[in-house]
Amino acid sequence: MGSTAQAETLRFAFQGTLNALDPYSLNETFTLGMLGNVYEGLTKRDKDLKIIPGLAESWETVDPLTWRFKLREGVKFANGNDFNADDVIFSAERIRAETSDLKTRIPADSTWTKIDDYTVEVKLTSPNPILHYEWDTWYILDKEWAEAEGAVTPVSARDTNPGPAAFKANGTGPFAIDSHEPGVKTIFKPNESWWGTPEHNLTEVVFTPIAADGTRVAALLAGDVDLVDPVPVQDIPRVNADPNTEALTGPELRVIHLGFNQFRDELPTSDVKGKNPFRDVNVRKAFYQAIDIEAIKARVMRDLATPVPLLIANELFAHSGDFQRLPFDPDAAKQLLADAGYPDGFTVAMDCPNDRYVNDEAICQAVVSMLARIGVTVNLNAQPKAQYFAKVLAPGGYDTDFYLLGWTPGSFDSWNVITNLAGCRDETGKGGPFNLGGYCSEEVDALAAKIVVENDPATRDQLIKEAYTIMTNEVSHIPMHQQSLVWGKRKNIDIVQRPDNQVLFYWANVN
Amino acid sequence: MIAFAIRRLVQALGVMLVVALISFLMFRFVGDPVNQLVGVDTSPQEREALRQALGLNDPVLVQFSRFIQKAVLLDFGISYQFKQPVAALIASRLPATLELSFVSALFALVVGVPMGVYTGLYRNTFLARSFLSISLIGVSLPTFLIGILLIFVVSVNLGWLPSFGRGETVRIGGFWSTGLLTKSGLQSLILPSITLGLFQMTLIMRLVRGEMLEVLRTDYIKFARARGLSRRAINFGHALKNTLVPVITITGLQLGSIIAFAIITETVFQWPGMGLLFLQAVQNVDIPIMAAYLLLIAFLFVAINFIVDLAYVAVDPRIRLGGAAS
Repeated sequence: MGSTAQAETLRFAFQGTLNALDPYSLNETFTLGMLGNVYEGLTKRDKDLKIIPGLAESWETVDPLTWRFKLREGVKFANGNDFNADDVIFSAERIRAETSDLKTRIPADSTWTKIDDYTVEVKLTSPNPILHYEWDTWYILDKEWAEAEGAVTPVSARDTNPGPAAFKANGTGPFAIDSHEPGVKTIFKPNESWWGTPEHNLTEVVFTPIAADGTRVAALLAGDVDLVDPVPVQDIPRVNADPNTEALTGPELRVIHLGFNQFRDELPTSDVKGKNPFRDVNVRKAFYQAIDIEAIKARVMRDLATPVPLLIANELFAHSGDFQRLPFDPDAAKQLLADAGYPDGFTVAMDCPNDRYVNDEAICQAVVSMLARIGVTVNLNAQPKAQYFAKVLAPGGYDTDFYLLGWTPGSFDSWNVITNLAGCRDETGKGGPFNLGGYCSEEVDALAAKIVVENDPATRDQLIKEAYTIMTNEVSHIPMHQQSLVWGKRKNIDIVQRPDNQVLFYWANVN
Repeated sequence: MIAFAIRRLVQALGVMLVVALISFLMFRFVGDPVNQLVGVDTSPQEREALRQALGLNDPVLVQFSRFIQKAVLLDFGISYQFKQPVAALIASRLPATLELSFVSALFALVVGVPMGVYTGLYRNTFLARSFLSISLIGVSLPTFLIGILLIFVVSVNLGWLPSFGRGETVRIGGFWSTGLLTKSGLQSLILPSITLGLFQMTLIMRLVRGEMLEVLRTDYIKFARARGLSRRAINFGHALKNTLVPVITITGLQLGSIIAFAIITETVFQWPGMGLLFLQAVQNVDIPIMAAYLLLIAFLFVAINFIVDLAYVAVDPRIRLGGAAS
């Protein structure tokens, strides 16, 4: 592996930019994925997303409230400093700092102690079986470096004088950042002193953002870049038709779903007055059965979608096979509407982003026309994500009656989904902050409280299944599909496409 | 003259203030910046704290006056997305935009003037008619379409020129990065300059053609012919010289719009200039960048108009008198 005689450059273009390099500034997949080439966490995830040892060689739960991590010895940061327990303790403090955007990675009230240079103990106040689930993107920083650079606290958007950590990186990972011009170009070079065995043969990675879809695809076809993310679905045939390029596709963990406003007593955008039709499970079920998910998959998504029965990706929940989608049945849907007292349907508005998910607006348009067939008039309000989220999230007062949203649980675990999307909330978002429609079930909340502290995996899965069963029976939301990842690459590039859409060069090879 | 200049200056300042206020009011409709600044898991309470810290909860007028007070000192705050001072960000992107704009203007002149002269002199030839037809395409096709077409034909199908970016750049004097000194930099300039300059080129060509036709009909050209001067001397020495005055004026005035409207070309070619920075800012609701950019562009136009006004007055005193009388 890794012949250095020949320069193997990987030129990569993504639709968005890589902004600040501080790994605690922004909890976002792309940023964390890119920084994952440079930094490492105590744990890592393998090609199938399974948790494997990273900077921690092993860990054990001494008792339900005590975890002990054995750290890897002989690891060095890119600047030559040694990695040890002090760095872990420092990083645990830093990520919980006021200005960090990744505070949820570590329980705020956990206590971290250094047993020796390569052993760290964590004391919890309540059991947490998924404590380390998100630690593959909690990157460990070098204490000495951060102190010397004035980067002890994370760079935040509110800073008026951002620290140097915004533009510099010093990690233990397989790559180091050679130069970084935010929004223009970032160059990565292999970290020669990396502790692991490289699985790549790269000598350089050049990252450039290319926002315009047409330009990004053209750059790939012209051979100016080797890898692009994403390729718009309509351009896939073009990329595959070229003898030098191909599209790399696979299911993404993100699940697209529709939600109903069940919070309000009356829907502001509906012609039904004095009551909220979405509080009637028959109406929700009617909407569900009126949607032909296979048609959306075939026409809108060009077969690059996996319909799902739950709000979580099939891969992420062991019992997802026990659930099935409600069948598409417009006649049954009409009957359900009639049973609910709306034989002629009603009017409601739908909020939809048009630049956030794959073909989001087209999906909403399809839903609108399918609902029209059962007599429901839906006024579609599709807008850019900046405006959409300003309207439908807490600061906008959850101002939506019917909406489309996508969700990937950061921990790849169901608890995240249940609590964020289905936890009871108030007007300010306390509770389930992304439960835009305000669905609320005391049973689900009680189960969620048990799930979060249950250490036995089998019992825990059973509790999760119970929660999903209630949500499915009550049609809390309409799960739609997992969208697909579409990367475009030159044929001589080998790279692993993980369903979480992190672009990891350390598995890339130029042939 | 001085009184006129001062009056104009006050008016210019007024225009700047109005532009700043209008753009500031517009930012209320681009969306919520906080959502772009934090990850999905960030709690509403933390979002609210961030909003408070950024001063987004203050009344618009308070935010506006704070912005103006700082802008006077050229402090445009910190970019939300890049966590860098906006003034420094814009300064670092300025060379890319200026080089592209000047090369485009140069292209428009170097190609537009001869084509104009030719179509003016040989009105009915096939070539002249073709030039005119081509120029119609230049005027009627939208910039992004021209850009994408050029990319697909020249970069993808022919593989002659790079499809995006600026190529290798070299630093001059520590702050100016130039692509004019490297091969890949020069190659990268060709397609975007053509895209950006095409409209101006057509404009100049048609202007020169019209002026040429006008001048060739005048008496002094007839006299020159009667004196037996060579065609060359008449066409270029007498006719062309006299057509160039309006061309220079228009080119100067258009330079402002080239810089301002480079946004589209920069987006199509991922050209790392101010226009691309502005568009990324709009997508990410990066208000400090948007505000600074709009103010800069307003300043550019106001400054150009100010200079033009003064130049006119210097040339033609009647304007000054008329201005004083009103």
